[in-house]
Amino acid sequence: MILCKVLGTAVSTRKDAQLQGTKMLLVVEVDPQGEPLARGTMIVIDAVGAGRGDVVLVATGSAANNTPQTAHAPADATAVAIVDTVFGGGKVLYSTTG
Amino acid sequence: MILGKVIGTVVADARVSTMGGQHLRLVQLLDGRTLEPQGGIHVAADVTGAGDGELVMLSSGASARKAGNLRDAPVDLVIIAIIDELAGAAGEIYRSARKEASA
Repeated sequence: MILCKVLGTAVSTRKDAQLQGTKMLLVVEVDPQGEPLARGTMIVIDAVGAGRGDVVLVATGSAANNTPQTAHAPADATAVAIVDTVFGGGKVLYSTTG
Repeated sequence: MILGKVIGTVVADARVSTMGGQHLRLVQLLDGRTLEPQGGIHVAADVTGAGDGELVMLSSGASARKAGNLRDAPVDLVIIAIIDELAGAAGEIYRSARKEASA
């Protein structure tokens, strides 16, 4: 899995039938401090109710299909958790409470 | 999934039977913040009917074969959605011509 920050949303009306009803998020990969990387924007299916500014845990590959929302969808990246805190080296690297 | 722009079509009549008859599009991968080219040009199977110039969402690997009737097809990159609107941290990044026309 990777850590990503939610930048915004994508809207599509013409799409594969198995994507009907899914919410799509524009995200960028972040470092453990929650800072965006220069590359690494992608679109992920939202399985947890994330919103703009949230840091989310994104599962990629066939693991992305192991959520109720994406079991039959052609999704290769799904937001599966909203991150509250990241610890590393005995420190808080990222926290929603600042 | 990654963002791309359809820049052409690949025609290939001689193909393995499991490939099916779906269209093959040439896509340029894009950065999701600037919509500038980032990454290479790839060939993707298309289940949406996307045309030249349209912004699309691409799925890769085994997950991509859940689209359409591609379950047994030897494809690893598929156009699974045509983007109408894209909004980022600073608001709207993109709105399709089709969406503009209906607005």
